[in-house]
Amino acid sequence: MGKTLVEKIWDAHVVKRQEGFPDILYIDTHLIHEVTSPQAFDGLRKRGIPVFRPNQTVATADHNVPTLNQHLPIQEELSRYQVDMLTKNCEEFGIELYGLGHPYQGIVHVIGPELGITQPGKTMVCGDSHTSTHGAFGAIAFGIGTSQVEQVFATQCLLQQKPKTMKIEVNGELAKGVGAKDIVLYIISKTTAAGGTGYFVEFAGSAIRSLSMEGRMTVCNMSIEMGARGGLIAPDQTTFDYVHGREFAPKGEEWDKALAYWQTLYSDEDAQFDAVLEFDAADIQPMITYGTNPGMGIGISDAIPATSNQPESERPSFKKALDYMGFRDNETLLGHPVDYVFIGSCTNSRIEDLRAVASFVQGKKKADNVEVWIVPGSKQVETQAKKEGIDKIFEEAGFVLREPGCSACLGMNEDKIPAGKYCVSTSNRNFEGRQGPNARTMLASPLTAAAAAVSGKIVDIRELI
Amino acid sequence: MKKFEKLTSTVVPLPIENIDTDQIIPARFLKATTREGFGNNLFRDWRYDSDGQPKADFVMNDSTYSGKILVAGKNFGCGSSREHAAWAIQDYGFDIVISSFFADIFKGNALNNGVLPITVPDEFLEQIFDAVFADPNAELTVDLVAQTVTINATGANFVFEINPYKKSCLINGYDDIDYILSHKNVIEAYEQQR
Repeated sequence: MGKTLVEKIWDAHVVKRQEGFPDILYIDTHLIHEVTSPQAFDGLRKRGIPVFRPNQTVATADHNVPTLNQHLPIQEELSRYQVDMLTKNCEEFGIELYGLGHPYQGIVHVIGPELGITQPGKTMVCGDSHTSTHGAFGAIAFGIGTSQVEQVFATQCLLQQKPKTMKIEVNGELAKGVGAKDIVLYIISKTTAAGGTGYFVEFAGSAIRSLSMEGRMTVCNMSIEMGARGGLIAPDQTTFDYVHGREFAPKGEEWDKALAYWQTLYSDEDAQFDAVLEFDAADIQPMITYGTNPGMGIGISDAIPATSNQPESERPSFKKALDYMGFRDNETLLGHPVDYVFIGSCTNSRIEDLRAVASFVQGKKKADNVEVWIVPGSKQVETQAKKEGIDKIFEEAGFVLREPGCSACLGMNEDKIPAGKYCVSTSNRNFEGRQGPNARTMLASPLTAAAAAVSGKIVDIRELI
Repeated sequence: MKKFEKLTSTVVPLPIENIDTDQIIPARFLKATTREGFGNNLFRDWRYDSDGQPKADFVMNDSTYSGKILVAGKNFGCGSSREHAAWAIQDYGFDIVISSFFADIFKGNALNNGVLPITVPDEFLEQIFDAVFADPNAELTVDLVAQTVTINATGANFVFEINPYKKSCLINGYDDIDYILSHKNVIEAYEQQR
């Protein structure tokens, strides 16, 4: 019987398989950041051991950094301490750090791909659940906890149960104004926020194939929002073209060798998945979320479902979510006023996202009632945007182009949405308080967010382009 | 890691679905660089208002309920990979979390810190909630060796699943690093043959 893509990559990385034990899985690349690594470095010190393969580890500072005035010392004391601690730890353990001020600094899941560190067939981990992003290249990539960060530091391996596999096919053509973010929000609205738990998901089908690498990253990024540990897409010419020539991509003969291997990375015709889901791209509208988990999404012109239509045991949680958001059963969101628009995060902060937003807002102005933050995913994205004059377009529209970081995605650094305010956000989570205590998040695509920014309310992007 | 075999305790009921790790410990409290002290901010925004005053309607502020077992609705621990969520639960004093469904990363993080996540069927979860809401002093007994969770008042019990390796780690207080480090030569051999 044939193998799935996940099985091919997984099996090639099993160091030891023993009955009754999880596999010892070899990790090619370990990405780290300031928030989930300090306790792991401490663990090494307590054990008196080094990082086993420091040259397979790359660090950046992203979660806790300000996105204005990055040339100045970080104001907030605890944040500064945590970022400084990363610098010290990387020096002590011999790890490459793309810290604040470095031209490669940025959100960990943006810099890996743009530097060519992310490659097909690799196993990659990071103490961050959105590590699934890298699966867009046909890699096994997943988020881990700090104890596991310490494991990878110590051994370059992880103890892991082989996951179940799910295939999600999206076939057909996407409507105008509908993109990768809408695809994944649509899928999660169907699977629920728990529907992928225990699985690695392979995304396939013509609508997925037609996406650029950046779009594929958006889809894989949010695999975790359906509970799936990882999501991946078989590499193809789009993938190879993207990787080729990047800083850490293989060169010359090494490239040819790598490419030959990468071309074997697909699920065999007769491979068996533990679950298969199929969707029609034509059914997908621009999406928006109305609740407090990413599964609570609707097409932009649809009504919020009624609490009475939910399974009885889930009604209290459903009502709690609507109360938090200040929404009612059967309400439509079109026309609902918006206070903030956040365009950024590891889901949607790449150059294509910024280009799409810029091309829509060119010559338009933001609505007076809205504050708009655009946060590039990396220093390289920021530099490129400026080179293309995108910063000028934003400036004229009244948008603020900030400096790279996780920013308002997670209410950890200085960028928080105030209590009670509505934010249309291109990030990945609409949990209670995610963007700041009592902030109300509506997840959407960069285009839908840009449309909200210029309209001051929720609008259907299809009517504006 | 401390050893664990058996526990009888009252429980803290939290019948809410999809409790994500941002609720368990909001990101703004992740700035510490040690593992200690996160319990103070466990469920911070449900537990305290914006002035830091306890919210009377939240179960952890209700002295009727206490214990070393947290019982929560399905899909507990979804969202971020922050191990701080497991640290906060442990630091607050919970040894066990019972739900009808756990998110993967949280489950692994809990096990790696000696917090036992127990998955029970929806119906059994309902029975636990019924027992606790009928009598807040109702106790559960969890026996890791026998893999059972019992509602002491009714005698109803459920045999839960746990990976045998993880079970032995909890019982003996071992962690994964000890195990993998013992295979260092195998890892080096793997690197050589690639």
